[in-house]
Amino acid sequence: MKLLVCVKQVADLESRFKPNAAGTWYDEADVAFRMNEYDEYAVEEAVRLKEKLGGEPDLTVLSIGPERVGEVIKKALAMGCDRGVHVLDPEAASKDPSQIASIIAAFVTATTVATGKGFDLVFTGMQSQDRGSAQVGLMVAERLGIAALSTMVAFDFADGVITAKRELEGGIKALARLKPPALLTCQLGLNVPRYPTLPNIMKAKKKELLVVPVASLLSEEAKATTAKFYAPARKGGGIVLEGEVADLVAKTMAILKEKTGVLR
Amino acid sequence: MKVLLVGEWREGKVLESTWELFGYAAKAGVEATLFLVGDPANPPACGAKLLLADAAKTGDYNPDVHKRLVLDAAAAEMADQVVFCHSSYGWDLAPRVAVALEAAQVSEVIGFVDGGFEVGACNAKMRRAVKPGTSKVVVTIQGGAFPSAKPEGVPSVSVVSTDVPARIEFLGYEPPEKKDVDLAKAEIIVSAGRGIGKKDNVAVIEALAKALGGELGASRPVVDAGWVAQSHQVGTTGQTVSPKLYVACGISGAIQHLAGMKKSEFVLAINKDKDAPIGEIADVLVVADVLQFVPALTAKLG
Repeated sequence: MKLLVCVKQVADLESRFKPNAAGTWYDEADVAFRMNEYDEYAVEEAVRLKEKLGGEPDLTVLSIGPERVGEVIKKALAMGCDRGVHVLDPEAASKDPSQIASIIAAFVTATTVATGKGFDLVFTGMQSQDRGSAQVGLMVAERLGIAALSTMVAFDFADGVITAKRELEGGIKALARLKPPALLTCQLGLNVPRYPTLPNIMKAKKKELLVVPVASLLSEEAKATTAKFYAPARKGGGIVLEGEVADLVAKTMAILKEKTGVLR
Repeated sequence: MKVLLVGEWREGKVLESTWELFGYAAKAGVEATLFLVGDPANPPACGAKLLLADAAKTGDYNPDVHKRLVLDAAAAEMADQVVFCHSSYGWDLAPRVAVALEAAQVSEVIGFVDGGFEVGACNAKMRRAVKPGTSKVVVTIQGGAFPSAKPEGVPSVSVVSTDVPARIEFLGYEPPEKKDVDLAKAEIIVSAGRGIGKKDNVAVIEALAKALGGELGASRPVVDAGWVAQSHQVGTTGQTVSPKLYVACGISGAIQHLAGMKKSEFVLAINKDKDAPIGEIADVLVVADVLQFVPALTAKLG
């Protein structure tokens, strides 16, 4: 069995963002990067499936981006993936979701041709934290012509059949069944992603890491472009309090007494 | 320009979010047709052209079949845009339709700007103006971004169907977990977010809730981490609340959380990040370390 998990490196959302020189994305200076949180659940679920099946499945992790993306691939390898694929693209942030999906689909097709065997299951996050388009995973599946289930919060694989739950609004879940080959987009809370242990981090350094130039996989123009990246206008109205804690508490108490009926 | 609006149906009902699609069409100033998987014997009362498929035959959720129906409807209407709600139904179907139409997709649109679409980025801290370069465009709209605008009158209904096979078998729904607290009725809610740092610190937030005579709430990351039970979760996938006072402790203000609490009468937010999106809707934003400020406030109330 062959498994693929796709991960994206995103800015830490606690960062303070400002537009880059082109004004089309954020300036990377002073921004810390990490694995997209949704993708951590995807990696964990793929690793759990591998473990459940006695380690037999071959699990590849793929990421697209500049040099720094190597860090998230290493993390995924330390979590238990077998091999890494780094599609090297210094300009990944300016690609639209359709192009990113085309790159992944091209990789899957090329691997299938080269090895004579396609991926049985592909795991992705349901969206990225910085862009949040929620498009790439499903677009990959559509391009490959395989079944896809999104926003997955429970996954089971037995006797060649996937049983999964999708999260809907208001805490309702939809139950569904499908067969490989399939793509699954993972929602927060699907599992509890593990922290890589030191021995596994050391082991990961010896795992295969293939670097592929993006030009060999990309042949499409963007379907949409970012004309402008900017901070929203503050609507104002709210009071912002800063200063010493004791002072803040006194001011807050006064405001709550004046503006709400809950303090007497 | 012609747009096809894809409405939502679940467990025998049209979801209210469907009518926000008409709010989008009105703001865009375009001619709209509604597509809905629903009940042909009981179409929704709305003054629009309606292409209606039978949910009894297609199931509520069935991507292969619903995609085919939407594509057929878009072709029949010669739609330039296909518009979905950015919901578990819409974000699932939209990319499938976009690939088939070779169309650009613009996700979670909140408005129009500089001749393009305005969307959020970086957890609502930033915005993007997106310009599609394709003749056909697929759009999903953010819940609450456009006003509900159900057209008055009776629909002109055409029943549509397809016989494409489905690869996903929809087995049914699982109801939400039973709630031990009814946050919807609470007058005061004090919620813990990721900014509290660790599970042990939930007690600090609980102490403030107790001092104020309110209930404990939580944001999604705190629930996912197992720090607080899911029954306390506020937001799209948790409970929607409208208390007299909502205290957000270390909550950055993800869209899904804001959607669940923005109807609160008064919002007090405590966050060390002055730019956190929660500041957009807070009446008072206290820029401070939650673990220093909250115990001090609790002591003062005591």
